[in-house]
Amino acid sequence: MIEWFERQIPKIVLAPSFMAVLVFVYGFIAWTAWISFTRSKLLPNYEIKGVIQYERLFAAPRWDTAMSNLFVFGTLFIVISMLLGLLLAILLDQKIRTEGALRTIYLYPMALSMIVTGTAWKWIMNPGLGIENMVRGWGFESFSFDWVIDPDMAIYAVVIAGVWQASGFVMALFLAGLRSVDEEIIKAAQIDGIPHWRIYSAIIIPSMAPIFLSAFIVLAHLAIKSFDLVIALTGGGPGYATDLPATYMYAMAFSRGDIGQAASSAMVMMGVVFAIVVPYLYSELRAKHD
Amino acid sequence: MAPILDIQNLVKNYGAVEILKNINVAIEPGDFLVLVGPSGCGKSTLLNCIAGLEPISGGTIAIGGRDMTHVSPKDRDIAMVFQSYALYPTMSVAKNITFGMKVRGVDAETQAQKLAEVAKQLQIEALLDRRPGQLSGGQRQRVAMGRALVRDPKLFLFDEPLSNLDAKLRVEMRSEIKKLHQNLGATMVYVTHDQIEAMTLATKIVVLKGGVVQQIGTPAEIYNRPANLFVADFMGSPAMNLIPVKARKNGAGMKIEIARQGAEPLVLHDTRVAELPEDVILGLRPEDIAEAGYRAGENVQTADCLIDMVEPAGADTYVVSHLGGKQVTARLHAETVAAPGQMLGLAFDLGKVSYFAPQTGERLN
Amino acid sequence: MTDLGFPQSQGRNWGHVALRCLLFLLLGLFALFYLMPLFVMVTTSLKSLEEIRTGSLVAFPRDVTFEAWRTAWSGACTGIQCEGLRPYFWNSVILAIPAVLISTLIGALNGYVISQWKFRGANLIFSLMLFGCFIPFQVVLLPMARMLGLMGLAGTIPGLIFVHVIYGIGFTTLFFRNYYVTIPAELVKAAKVDGAGFFRIFWSIFLPLSLPIIVVTVIWQFTQIWNDFLFGVSFSQAGTQPVTVALNNIVNSTTGVKEYNVDMAAAIIAALPTLFVYVVAGNYFIRGLTAGSVKG
Repeated sequence: MIEWFERQIPKIVLAPSFMAVLVFVYGFIAWTAWISFTRSKLLPNYEIKGVIQYERLFAAPRWDTAMSNLFVFGTLFIVISMLLGLLLAILLDQKIRTEGALRTIYLYPMALSMIVTGTAWKWIMNPGLGIENMVRGWGFESFSFDWVIDPDMAIYAVVIAGVWQASGFVMALFLAGLRSVDEEIIKAAQIDGIPHWRIYSAIIIPSMAPIFLSAFIVLAHLAIKSFDLVIALTGGGPGYATDLPATYMYAMAFSRGDIGQAASSAMVMMGVVFAIVVPYLYSELRAKHD
Repeated sequence: MAPILDIQNLVKNYGAVEILKNINVAIEPGDFLVLVGPSGCGKSTLLNCIAGLEPISGGTIAIGGRDMTHVSPKDRDIAMVFQSYALYPTMSVAKNITFGMKVRGVDAETQAQKLAEVAKQLQIEALLDRRPGQLSGGQRQRVAMGRALVRDPKLFLFDEPLSNLDAKLRVEMRSEIKKLHQNLGATMVYVTHDQIEAMTLATKIVVLKGGVVQQIGTPAEIYNRPANLFVADFMGSPAMNLIPVKARKNGAGMKIEIARQGAEPLVLHDTRVAELPEDVILGLRPEDIAEAGYRAGENVQTADCLIDMVEPAGADTYVVSHLGGKQVTARLHAETVAAPGQMLGLAFDLGKVSYFAPQTGERLN
Repeated sequence: MTDLGFPQSQGRNWGHVALRCLLFLLLGLFALFYLMPLFVMVTTSLKSLEEIRTGSLVAFPRDVTFEAWRTAWSGACTGIQCEGLRPYFWNSVILAIPAVLISTLIGALNGYVISQWKFRGANLIFSLMLFGCFIPFQVVLLPMARMLGLMGLAGTIPGLIFVHVIYGIGFTTLFFRNYYVTIPAELVKAAKVDGAGFFRIFWSIFLPLSLPIIVVTVIWQFTQIWNDFLFGVSFSQAGTQPVTVALNNIVNSTTGVKEYNVDMAAAIIAALPTLFVYVVAGNYFIRGLTAGSVKG
């Protein structure tokens, strides 16, 4: 009896976490999915009414803006962060004596809350007193930089702040990748007389494909979940100009009292995340089982 | 005397895969049992089953006359030395050795006394305060042995304990383990894939392949009378020559014909066997083929063979000849003047020969 | 990577030097780009409102004043209350400490089970937990709000601790699992033969080994929880808000004159704990980041 109990200890230890994940992740997803098929408004209503919430969602101009913002923001944020991160990593890989200090400088934004980042950049890009004012003070009177209050440009302001925050992290990933390339391959290439830049473009960077994938996944994930940054930087405005699915969902859930819409928008967000993450995780886990 | 370890009809499955099939082994107190086989043969799994680290799917295991089939490892009165030594990395050598006693609530005085004894025996007194990370491979090996020795168990289990050491150290530690066995009179079960370790250490060898026992016997039995082709090939280095031959009745004995390329078949006469099928595989160890004139006896027969290759190995010289479609190796004395392309008279000691059935691989004589 | 500095001929040396100069120029410019916001935050927080209106964004303060810091800490308005960040800062502290410790401990035990005491289904459970790390939390906000209500934890700090623990377990388990999986299984076997049980082995052998991964996990969890905004803003109420929510309220409060220096001081205060951790234990921080993204 005691021995039977002893053998069950590992299962008993893991059980609470397992139950928590089942209920608070999968159960909650199911609950949200259920609600997304009802006419719930301020309170949940469990009567299934079909896809009406999704019809409303895709008909809403605000959601339309949010999705196209996500696309613009996500694409630019991911591409620029990756390019900048890779560039910084390669520059830092040139036997720089101050590498440690520079790395610290490039990466510290990742330690900040997105609320802090948003607050700082909101101030820096303040049209009256920020960069615009500064450049005008240097004598360029016609200089204009009012992206945060320009509905057409505000989303790009979010991109700047996002890239500032995340690109150092991409650099750290890539730098680790550069360092993990087999030294003997590089030595062999040097002996073959392959030029410095060709060693990077033809040998090192292609061998980092898995790191590109990881960086992409993390950045995409950050982009879809990004909520804090927009709230702090633009509050979703001007108007709804910088709304993202995350802010839309939040507004529906907590200020509009439209939990049907909140649920359906959350489900769409999850669909987007899973479309990106599931193939990745699947291949990761499968690779590990082999 | 009752067997100290008695394994009966042991079966081990992982899901639908049978890892161990109907294993029956028993050893007496003081035996040194070696489980040997190629990787994946189930030898380590069998050891883990004996230790109770893996549940078994069928059969029984008794240690010291007590059924231990469902007893947890700590109550089996065993000690175990692992391939990676499995020393606790954050504990000092002394703590590593006494951890088991501490867990079992042995008083501090006894712990210290036993620790001192074992440390002296293994000459690791100077290392007691160090961490495993600060030790060399050989020192770690000793500490792992020390951890096993303090338990003073009924049964010592060794899981390839020497495979992480370099060649020289391995030979040293091998003889230390042998000495330890002789001095303690302890019973040991030892897993290895190295057939030389098996030969030198064992009082009893179990050869495993694919979870099936191929042969159980003393080293001499295993070496001289391998039960099948697998054992013949696996035990011994260089491996036993296994030559396909034609056997024909010839009076009371058999006439053995070995085909040769571009020459008459080589014919040997074995008067000691009365009956063989026509197609058999003849097994003869390299040392049982000598240079003509260097081996005498009633079963020695000489024939001229074309030498393909000569490999001087210091103490011996190996020559290779092509017989029966196989590379046949002979172990000659170091001063031989054999050269590739030449004919050389070779003496075949038919007194040592093994015959196997080509289809089943079973021994015939 | 290896030294790519080939032996150069005399003629190419000048090109080499020019390239190095360009390299340092680029690195320096990027350093400025990353440092500029911090610099602006600090200098702005030390200026008076008057100086902010008349001076340049990047100028050093002429008269250093800590008035804005004092206001941010104890006087700034978050909506109707004007107590500054102080109460919310402490909210974050008493919320983060237990949440970090509990989720780390659970993660350590889970990782220990999943890596060293495998049983049928353990890998499936791990995969389920891993997927849980990647869901957008928006999908659990509504039911969690109701659940906290049912548990009587709505709008309370224990409620927030609970939420952070639940959704932190996935990552902490991942960290410990990936760390413990590199420890040979023979260690547990040896300890079993020595007579130690599940908890004894964890306590005497695995925990003493785990210092690096504990540091990584604690830093990761602390950064995540301290910097969290979504859970904070969704599950707190006036008085129990964490510092990020209060900061946002200060910055976006529409009453009165816009005090940029106070905003900046408040932002720095909210950022100080994680910045401090980053400066003190940067390498562990980076390891957490990369471990959280590059699994295996």
